[in-house]
Order: sequence, then C-alpha cells, then structure tokens
Amino acid sequence: MKWHVLRPLWLAIGLVVVILIARQFMVPEDFGVHGPSFTYNFHRLSNEQEWKDFPVKHLGRESCIECHEEKVAMLNASPHAPIECENCHGPAVGHPDEIEFLPIERAREHCLRCHESLDYPNHARSELPNVRGSTHKRRRECVTCHVPHDPREKPAREERE
Amino acid sequence: MSCSRRDFLKQACGGTLASVLPVSAFTFLTNEEARAAVENANVRWAFLVDTRKCVGCGLCVKACKNENEIPYDAPITRTWVERYVITKDGQAHIDSPMGGRDGFIENVINGEEIDPENIAKAFFVPKLCNQCDNPPCVQVCPVGATYQTGDGVVLVDRDWCIGCGYCIMACPYGVRFFHPVHKVADKCNFCYHRITKGMDPACVESCAFDARRIANLRDPDDPVTKIITTERVAVLKDEYGTKPHVFYIGLDENVR
Amino acid sequence: MTSEAVVHGVEWTVKELFVYPNEFIYWSIQIVMYPYMTGLVAGAFVLSSLYHVFGQKGLKEIAQFSLVFSLALLPVAALPLLLHLQQPMRAMEPLLTPHFTSAISAFGIVFTTYALIVISEIWFVYRRYFVEQVHELKGKEGLSNMLRLNVYRVLTMGAFDISEEALKVDHKAAKILAGVGIPVACFLHGYAGFIFGSVKANALWMSPLMPVIFIMSAVVSGIALCMLTYIVIMEWKAFRKRRTEGVTAAIEIKGAETDIINTATKYLLGFLVAAISLEILDLIFRGYTAMKSWDILRSVMYGKDFINIFVLQYTLGNLVPFVILLLPGRTLKRTVVALLLVLFGVFMMRWNVVIGGQAFSLSFSGYMHYHIPIIPHSLETFKEGLFGALTVIVTPFVLFWIINKFVPSLERGEEAKY
Repeated sequence: MKWHVLRPLWLAIGLVVVILIARQFMVPEDFGVHGPSFTYNFHRLSNEQEWKDFPVKHLGRESCIECHEEKVAMLNASPHAPIECENCHGPAVGHPDEIEFLPIERAREHCLRCHESLDYPNHARSELPNVRGSTHKRRRECVTCHVPHDPREKPAREERE
Repeated sequence: MSCSRRDFLKQACGGTLASVLPVSAFTFLTNEEARAAVENANVRWAFLVDTRKCVGCGLCVKACKNENEIPYDAPITRTWVERYVITKDGQAHIDSPMGGRDGFIENVINGEEIDPENIAKAFFVPKLCNQCDNPPCVQVCPVGATYQTGDGVVLVDRDWCIGCGYCIMACPYGVRFFHPVHKVADKCNFCYHRITKGMDPACVESCAFDARRIANLRDPDDPVTKIITTERVAVLKDEYGTKPHVFYIGLDENVR
Repeated sequence: MTSEAVVHGVEWTVKELFVYPNEFIYWSIQIVMYPYMTGLVAGAFVLSSLYHVFGQKGLKEIAQFSLVFSLALLPVAALPLLLHLQQPMRAMEPLLTPHFTSAISAFGIVFTTYALIVISEIWFVYRRYFVEQVHELKGKEGLSNMLRLNVYRVLTMGAFDISEEALKVDHKAAKILAGVGIPVACFLHGYAGFIFGSVKANALWMSPLMPVIFIMSAVVSGIALCMLTYIVIMEWKAFRKRRTEGVTAAIEIKGAETDIINTATKYLLGFLVAAISLEILDLIFRGYTAMKSWDILRSVMYGKDFINIFVLQYTLGNLVPFVILLLPGRTLKRTVVALLLVLFGVFMMRWNVVIGGQAFSLSFSGYMHYHIPIIPHSLETFKEGLFGALTVIVTPFVLFWIINKFVPSLERGEEAKY
C-alpha cells in the first residue's frame, strides 16, 4: 500500500482541526440555539440584553409634568391633548441636566403635517381644521396667530409681532 | 440461528407495532406552539395599525429616527408611511417621500399634480417590521446574526452581522436596510429597549390619532389583543407564509 | 477616498414610481461577478474531469491546463464576496458559526472542500514533476534556485517515491478525485443558483429551475474560457517559436490542436442547448401562469430590459455563437469569436438575473435603475464599481501565471506525461 496517497487527506484533516480550534477562540461562548428552533433561534444570547440596554430617548409626557405642570395642564385641556410634547420639542433625554433648552418647532411645515388640507374624500384628515398652506398667510409662522398648547387661544400681543 | 418463517413474521409485526407507539407520540408543533411550550413565554408582541385613523402626519417616522439613532437625512428608515391616492380612472398613485418623515403637505405624487376632484379614495398606510412567526430573513442569515427572541421580536446582532445583505433581499416587505454608520443590517424591532421596560414604541407614543398600537397576544386582557382576536383584521402579503404579526384595520385592496 | 455614512446602494440606484423607502440595488456588480467566477471554476473543473474520469483522450492537453486554471480561479471566486461584504473582516464567520438553513452558509464548507479536492488532484498529477525538480535543483547555486528548490520540497509533502507502482496509485487517486470533484463542483455552483432560486420575496429569482440553469450555464462558461485561454496561449507559443526558431520548429508546437477544439466544442454546444432550454422554459411558464408579479416582470423583461435579455444575452450571447460553431468550415478565428460571445452571453445571464431581479420594486409598482459607478470617488464606489469588477477579472490570469511557474500545465508532446 502506497501510504503517500493519504498525504492530502492529512492536510485536509489538519485544516479542519485548525478551523475547529479557531472556533474555540473566535466564537463567543454564549453562541448557540437559544430557543426551540435552529432556524430561528441561532444567535449570541448576550445580544438580547444589549438591545434591552439601548438608551431610551423619548421620555413621555409624564416626565414633562414635573417642571412644566401648567403647560401640560393647558395642553391636556385643549384639542391638541393627544399630541405628545416630544412631537414638537424632540426627544427629552438629557433635559434639563445636559440640554438646557429643548428645540421649539416653529416651522410652518410642522403644523401643515396635519393641517394641510389635501382634500381627500371620506378621510380623517379632512375632519381636522385645515388650510391650504400655499395660500394661507404664506410668510408667517403659524405660531404668530395660533397657540400650539391650546389652539383655541390667541397668543399674547408681544408674541404676535 | 434458526427460526421458522411464521416466527419471523410474528416478531416483525410485533416489533413494527411496538415501534409505532413512541413514534406516534411525536406531534407536529408549529413554531409558535413549540416556543410557547418550551419557553413558557407569556409574551408575544404584535402590532395593530388602523389605517382609517392615520392622517399621514409622519411624526411617527420622525420619532423613530430620533429614538433609534437612524441618521435623520439618510433615505432609510425603520418605519414609514405610504400614501395611496386612487383616482377615478382606477389608477393608484403611491408615494412615500423620505418614508413620510416630513409628512405629506403637497398633492403632488411622483411628479404628477393630483386634482382633488379626480380622487376616488385616498388613505395612508404605516408600515414596519412584521416580526413574522416564520421570518424568512432569519432563515437566510448565513451566520446567525439575526434571530427571533422568545417574545417574538426579530433582532440583529450588530457585532456579528457580516453585511452580506441576504436578509434584506429575503424580506418580502422591504423593512430591512444597511445602517449607514454601523454598516450592518438594521430594521424595526418594535423599540425592544422600550417595550421590555413597559413603555410603548416611539411610533406608538408619538401617534396622536391612535393609528398605531402595540399588543401582547398572550395577554387575554390586553385591549388591543381583544381587537385583533375579535374584530376583522388583515395582514400584508400572507401568501409568502411568513405569518406576520402586524395587523391592519381598513387595509385596501390597492395596498402593496 | 471618503467613507462617510452613505447609504449603501444610494449612489448607483435611481428609483422610478413607487419603490419602498428601504429598497436599493444592494446586490450589484460584485454579486454578478461572483456566480460568474464560480461558474468558470465549476466549468473548468468539469472539462478537466471529462478527461480524467471519462477518458476523453482527445481532451488530455486542455484538461491539464483547465485543472490548474480552475485552481487559479478559485481564490478569485471568493474575491467578489470580500469586496461586497459590508464587514469583510468578519468573512470567516460562515466557517465559524454556519447557519445551515441559509444557502450562503454552504459557501465556507463547499468552497473549502472543493479547494482541497482541486489542490489534491493537482498534487497527484504533478507530484512526479515536483520530485524530479527537487532532484534537478539540488546542489545548484543561486538564490532563485534555492527558493525554487524549497518550494518544490514543500510541494512534494515528503513523498519522494516515483516508482511505477507509486505513480499508478497517483493516477488512480487523481481519477477518483476528478470523479468526486464533479458533484462538488456542481454543488459549488448549484448552491449559488439556490441562493437566488430560494428567495421567495423576489418574483424573478424564485424558481426551482434556478440552480439547474446556473449549473448548465456555468459549465458552458467554464468550457468556453478554458478553450479560449488554451487557444490564445498555444497560438502565442507557436507564434513565438516561429519568430525565434523558424517555421520547422513551430510545426512541432502546432498551435491549438483541432481535435481538442472539436471535442470541447461538442460539449460546449450540448450544455449551451440545455441552458437555453431551461431559461426559455422558465420564461414561458411565467407568462403562462401570469402570477401577481407577471405585470411588472413583463414590463421589465419585454420593456426596459429587452435589449439586455433578448438582444445581448439570447441573440448575441447564445444564438449567434451557436450558429457560428455549427457552420461548416469552422476556423480558429471564428471559434475565438464564438467563445468570446458565449462568455459575454453567460455574463449577461448573471447580470440579467441579479440586476434584473432588482429592477422592479417589491411593491410591484415601481422600478430601480442601476448605474454602475465608473470613476470611483470612495472605497465603496471602487469596490462595487467598474474597477472592482475589472480587478476580479484580471486576478485569475495573474494567479495562473504565478502557479504555472511551479506547475507546468502547458507542457505537451513528450513532456506531457501527466
């Protein structure tokens, strides 16, 4: 029997062994099937906690009440009650410790998101008070004449200028 | 060893019958049942979209981008809103500019101005990852970088994904994309970091019209679960066998 | 070279009508190159095996050459993937944590297996040559001789027995490997077809015929490339001999042998017919069954991609070379033209599948146009652009030139005892 014929086989086995050893070092320990199915649950377990630990940015209205009680109360009593504070002021994370002032969204386009009349028949959008943004008070910010925290009110004189 | 033909046949039949008994104990479980049985999971996240309520304000898309650190000006998004305008000639005009991030404030679709007189019906359809029960995106990942948790959410391991894009091609709903900064696959995960703390996903919280709601299908007292199980709801593209878990009220036949 | 946070695909995708926001042409030129290169690998190997396993004596010389060329092509098959991956440093993961439900996970194992088979077969075929070289170079002076001696020493793997018996065993082993290698080569390329054919989300790709179509056209391209390279090299050698040593010496070289070309052509045409039949069948079925996706598919195939599919691929790439090769009085020049067209046709087939499958949106209500980056202005537009593709095309020839310095795959006549 000419044994030299097996040399390539030893080479192949050697390569497989190297790969298996590499696996020990390169694959995280908690990698495996964590669940009933190899198809859908093959992963690194610690990744689940990593996603749970992802930082939260939007804190919700409850976190605003602490310091802005009056504004929130005004909002809650108005037709704009369903709108979240953070919809217009952006995520509250870091406020007020790192971020002293949250942005105030004053652009027309922001209000037009809901209030631009697209004139769609039989649609919830048409039931909102709406305007044609291209013609209604074109060069003014909406907040000049409308109070966002209670759109039934008119802004004080100073703000109107 | 000698045995008569009769003995052999007797033994063969007896052996076969005996072996059938344990085999018949194997029933076929669906993925859902198996998971519930093994993990005793009392949470299965699902989503309810009411397209009758969505006005296309796009604040959900804005909130999602901010919450999940998706670059604001990049043309990719974890959730989006599609606008459908069906004109009286039967044609469907569909668009989703920047995913609806800035809302819809013009009646111009794909460069064409639509005259409101010509509109037969129009509506908005929010979309997001369906966290399918048989997620084809998970099936095709070559390295196990994407997976489904016990409570039904499909996640991507940013440290393991090789960026081949197979999962993106495999999703029939187009919810996946390459994150431009992390250079790995990304998609909506129902704000997993929020729902596991008892909060709502950012898009649900920011929706002022109650068009988006999240549910735990395993909780019979969940009001949204009650709607899903007792009222008429639809899903997208069920012909692919994915078993999506985002349910729609008011889904029109024109919706793609 | 910039590498800012650019959305992958946005620079070469133009959207038309309604396309989902996250849809871009994610699988671009490198994913066209990959099945093309693996196809060449598989085809070259099958051609070589036709001699080793099925004893097609007429193919002996081209068989040796195509075996080594198959090895030169192998690392190049992996190159497009490395250029495509968003995280190329993690390229080992399919070998470390293969998720076997994914067709792509097969890559690591099939590729490694196939590489080992080809390398082993080459070893068995050329082992005697390695041993002879060691004996010849022993005691010779000079750095390059020293280096060559050591390279050959390593290549022998310590097996210095070149008796008749040992060589017989070598020959048998090579034959076995050539036989075993055929299904592995088919798997190497069939799985690439499966990668596409199993994607139910893509209306153009989803088809059980896809793996078979890929294998057939892979063999076609492999045979065509080997024939072409063989002709070019042999004619060049003959030309050089004529120039330096005169006509009589050149007659011994003879250039590319007509017998070999004829036999190889027969196989080429056979596989070409098989490939075309399957593709036409797929097309007819789609039109006949007219599923939900048919409207947009039809508008893509008969509309914007009509030239790519019917003119470039089917006519120029299949029908014309078919006719050229069958016309009586086939000359070497005509054959070369036909082979180039065949190679182009197979490339267009890969292009039409990969890019064509992304030419329409998942919404079935919009289109995406692919504009391949020509002049790179960033790492990404290089990797996934024209120059990235050219790099992939050029590399196998460079590798073949290097390998051929140590493994004489182009010897013929007396020396071609292998």
